[in-house]
Amino acid sequence: MLYRENGQFKTSYAADQQIFPITQDRWAIIGILVFAFVAVPLLVDEYMFRAILIPFVILSLAALGVNLLVGFCGQITLGAGAFMAVGAYAAYNFHIRIEGMPLLASLLLGGLTSAAVGIVFGIPSLRVRGLYLAVATLAAQFFTDWVFLRVPWFTDYASSGSVSVSNLQVMGWQINNPLNKYLFCLAILTVFALMAKNMTRSAIGRQWMAIRDMDVAAEVIGIRPLFAKLSAFAVSSFFVGTAGALWGFVHLASWEPAAFSVDRSFQLLFMVIIGGLGSIMGSFFGAAFIVILPIALNQLLPAIGDLVGVEISTAGISHAELIIFGGLIIFFLIKEPHGIARLWSTGKEKLRLWPFPH
Amino acid sequence: MGFFLETLIGGLMAGMLYALVALGFVLIFKASGVFNFAQGAMVLFAALAMARFAEWIPGWFGLEGSYLGTAAAFVVAGALMFVVAWLIERLVLRHLVNQEGATLLMATLGIAYVLEGIGSTMFGSSIYTIDVGMPKDPVFLFEGIFPGGLLINKEDFIAALIAAVLVGLLTLFFQKTTTGRALRAVADDHQAAQSIGIPLNRIWVIVWCVAGLVALVAGVIWGSKLGVQFSLSTVALRALPVVILGGLTSVPGAIIGGLIIGVGEKLSEVYLGPMVGGGIEIWFAYVLALVVLLFRPQGLFGEKIIDRV
Amino acid sequence: MNLRKLVVTASLGAIALSALATVPAAAQQAKEQYFPVLVYRTGAYAPNGAPWANGYVDYLKLINAQGGINGVKLSFEECETGYATDRGVECYERLKGKNGGATTFQPLSTGITFALTEKAPKDKIPLITAGYGRSESSNGAVFTWNFPLLGTYWVGADVAIQYVAKQEGGVDKLKGKKIALVYHDSPYGKEPIPVLEELGKKHGFEVQLLPVAHPGVEQKATWLQIRQSRPDYVLLWGWGVMNLTALREAQATGYPRTKMLGIWWAGAEPDVRDVGEGAKGYSALTLQHGAEHNSKIVKDVLATLHAKGEGTGPKEEVGEVLYMRGLISSMLAVEGVRKAQERYGKGKVMTGEQVRWGLEHLDLDQKTLDAMGFAGVMRPVQTSCLDHMGSSWVRIQTWNGKKWEFLSPDWYQADDKTLRPMVMLASGKYAEEKKLSPRTPEECNK
Repeated sequence: MLYRENGQFKTSYAADQQIFPITQDRWAIIGILVFAFVAVPLLVDEYMFRAILIPFVILSLAALGVNLLVGFCGQITLGAGAFMAVGAYAAYNFHIRIEGMPLLASLLLGGLTSAAVGIVFGIPSLRVRGLYLAVATLAAQFFTDWVFLRVPWFTDYASSGSVSVSNLQVMGWQINNPLNKYLFCLAILTVFALMAKNMTRSAIGRQWMAIRDMDVAAEVIGIRPLFAKLSAFAVSSFFVGTAGALWGFVHLASWEPAAFSVDRSFQLLFMVIIGGLGSIMGSFFGAAFIVILPIALNQLLPAIGDLVGVEISTAGISHAELIIFGGLIIFFLIKEPHGIARLWSTGKEKLRLWPFPH
Repeated sequence: MGFFLETLIGGLMAGMLYALVALGFVLIFKASGVFNFAQGAMVLFAALAMARFAEWIPGWFGLEGSYLGTAAAFVVAGALMFVVAWLIERLVLRHLVNQEGATLLMATLGIAYVLEGIGSTMFGSSIYTIDVGMPKDPVFLFEGIFPGGLLINKEDFIAALIAAVLVGLLTLFFQKTTTGRALRAVADDHQAAQSIGIPLNRIWVIVWCVAGLVALVAGVIWGSKLGVQFSLSTVALRALPVVILGGLTSVPGAIIGGLIIGVGEKLSEVYLGPMVGGGIEIWFAYVLALVVLLFRPQGLFGEKIIDRV
Repeated sequence: MNLRKLVVTASLGAIALSALATVPAAAQQAKEQYFPVLVYRTGAYAPNGAPWANGYVDYLKLINAQGGINGVKLSFEECETGYATDRGVECYERLKGKNGGATTFQPLSTGITFALTEKAPKDKIPLITAGYGRSESSNGAVFTWNFPLLGTYWVGADVAIQYVAKQEGGVDKLKGKKIALVYHDSPYGKEPIPVLEELGKKHGFEVQLLPVAHPGVEQKATWLQIRQSRPDYVLLWGWGVMNLTALREAQATGYPRTKMLGIWWAGAEPDVRDVGEGAKGYSALTLQHGAEHNSKIVKDVLATLHAKGEGTGPKEEVGEVLYMRGLISSMLAVEGVRKAQERYGKGKVMTGEQVRWGLEHLDLDQKTLDAMGFAGVMRPVQTSCLDHMGSSWVRIQTWNGKKWEFLSPDWYQADDKTLRPMVMLASGKYAEEKKLSPRTPEECNK
């Protein structure tokens, strides 16, 4: 009744090819954007910004990048944390070594450096695939961990190997309070998400999907695997690297390689798989699930304990958090192996029929 | 020369221990196509169970100071691993048949979290000791030939021996017993195996039980070496390059891969490390595996991947 | 999954979210001094994190049992960080505004300390890092909110070399010696390197750097290198299981444990107990205190708390090295509040800014310490606006196979002539990067 495309006729190519062909979708997207940019800043407090929203926005961007590679091009990677680290440290070096470098340029150059490194570590994907590739990408992870610990040039010869940035601003706009940080990250995320959406609808995205579905067949119909795979690695690493730069610059402000450890890589892959492989929307769902769930559990469990009159120790809470978190992941994978995004599209299908069952 | 030999032997023995963990990966992957990231958590869980039961059982039954207590703890921990294996198969994998590799991998990561959480809740999160009477002090051989002698770590040597015996037993089990044959049949072709009446679910339970047992042995050896604590679960990350170097589906591959990685990383750390600042062994192992993969994409002994279009 | 389940899941998620939003909002006007406690009782470093946390909490409980700070009761809340920086930051954000505002944060992790150093000045909450954190943060003119009380890693490195020199019979005997540093490959482990290299140049000994990757369970290659190069001393800069593994490998390669010296984070019971006799002779620096089972404060804790079943953690742990470290860290924070009350009003709840004044004017002389039950445990601590460390006394303890003990009554003190220029240089660089202007003596007296 409310959500259907009946009667929405496309009379021009432009109308036929727009990103969101259904009017209701367009309105929904505009609504979400207005909500995120206007309503959220009015509603939430500093804690929500700093501890939940900013990490969520940045990790969504990273998950988006991973999803382009894993979900759209079918190349499993366990090295996403490495590319975040490359982005963060490259951006740091551009920022401090070039006088007057604008922040945005540093971040994007960080992303581009990460893209270049991504291409290098993507080369094995031309020969190695599947789980072998997944483990091989861990080489990138451990190698970058080591490089940023061992080569003092990258950390500006800081004795401890930890670096920090401050006084961030974009064209006079100070990014110093949580609200501005959130808006800055959100703006970048919006632009990148639109870019990703468009890319997946264009020739390059179709090439990636062809490679994912069956690479030999794709090659036969004239898709160059070299170009398709390496471009997926490059674009994905660009997204992930920019997210890494944001994570370092905006969220942590001071970081060490451990901030981008192998756990981060696992976390990002989790987001993509729980959220939904090959779905832009899914990256957001996945990021929300993985970022918010542990924190929510950590805070809800003592509250629940209070209700039933049991005081749970700190250790007990974090053990329970681990168990429930792991359990929920398994539950979701069993119930919906295609991720939360599939639930979303099932919901949309039902809405189309509603309220008439047939 | 003496030092080179020492490093070589140290690497071989470390490699044998990696192989033991890698074996768990291979067994499960071969039979069910699951890349089991929970192997590390299983090692931790088994070691925790073993350490704690060895502490508790003598108190319950008055077996103070005898090897009987330790033996009983081993049996109980083994039984517990069987239960864990059965539960994993029953509650998780049975529902995920025919899913993609990445989904299964993530599910095993979920299992790893659950196991770590339950293990710490049941058994505590301190450092515990497993004492199976391993000698801790080194011996020095050929002191006449090399200055300072040739250092052999007795503990590692015994551990490597145990690992070798276990591998031998597993090979016998796979080659000679009916169950072993059934396992190999399932590994070769699920559907064909099912069609001749091999019960898939039971086979998977058995495979997970065997993997659990391997985890227990690995847990006892590593636990006796390092003390039983949370970091044991990270030995899985050290074993990953072994598995892909040897090939995901090959038991001999796990052994030979383990030895290559063990020797490779120790030699690299000792001889290349000082030139670049040290700490290179972990990524060197992965890069070594990666280089091998570039020449043989399915690992040294893995089954050739054949594409059908 | 059908639609109904979807709706149920979504609404459950919404409830969880709204609960999240309401929890921090529940802060009310405080009547109690609020101490957030960042701990790690799980994960790879739990065996070392848990006793520290128990000591920290026990001291707060003890003060409450004694009637609070001039009548102000203390409230506290734990938050699990798992030694992970991002979880630590989340905990900080969650707790900093609760119950009228946090008194101080003590993250017990170098990584979290680095991240919070950027955040604390904006929130005006002092950051106490007793025995860890950034070494240059002892300069209170630049690092106005950091308090590396009792000692930094640079102090540790300097004293370690003094100890070695003493063993060898004089500083001049260090010439031509080789000292290996086996360190945790992280900012924590890398902190001492500049001081060691500086001293190496000065005294003419060679420093061999041997990094060990997190978490430190694989050290065979490291110790083979030590066996080959045969350094005269090995300094151990590890944390958690890395220390245990290092001692095991030392045993397995036959390196004499008497020639090994650990930093104070590598000198607690969990590091050596499992090795037992194999670690006999191994020495470690101490942050003044060792295992203090016979001190008055420990007896107080046992009698006031544990006898009534109100203690935190197992009873046997009270008095162990890391438990004492937590207890003393807690005591320093409490004394900061007490000092602040002297100026801003006794019996009132202090804000973070007022506590900072208190911490900058700590003056615990031996009599006060003895009266509080720290006789034989600690030496006087006196901080100032420019000196946020307060004391750099260090003792050396040795493991005898069963327990830690002080073999010699010697106290060491870091050489300010070496360290001060390095601290000024590093903190100056930091100030320049951050475009901070260091505080002048006039500003201090405000």
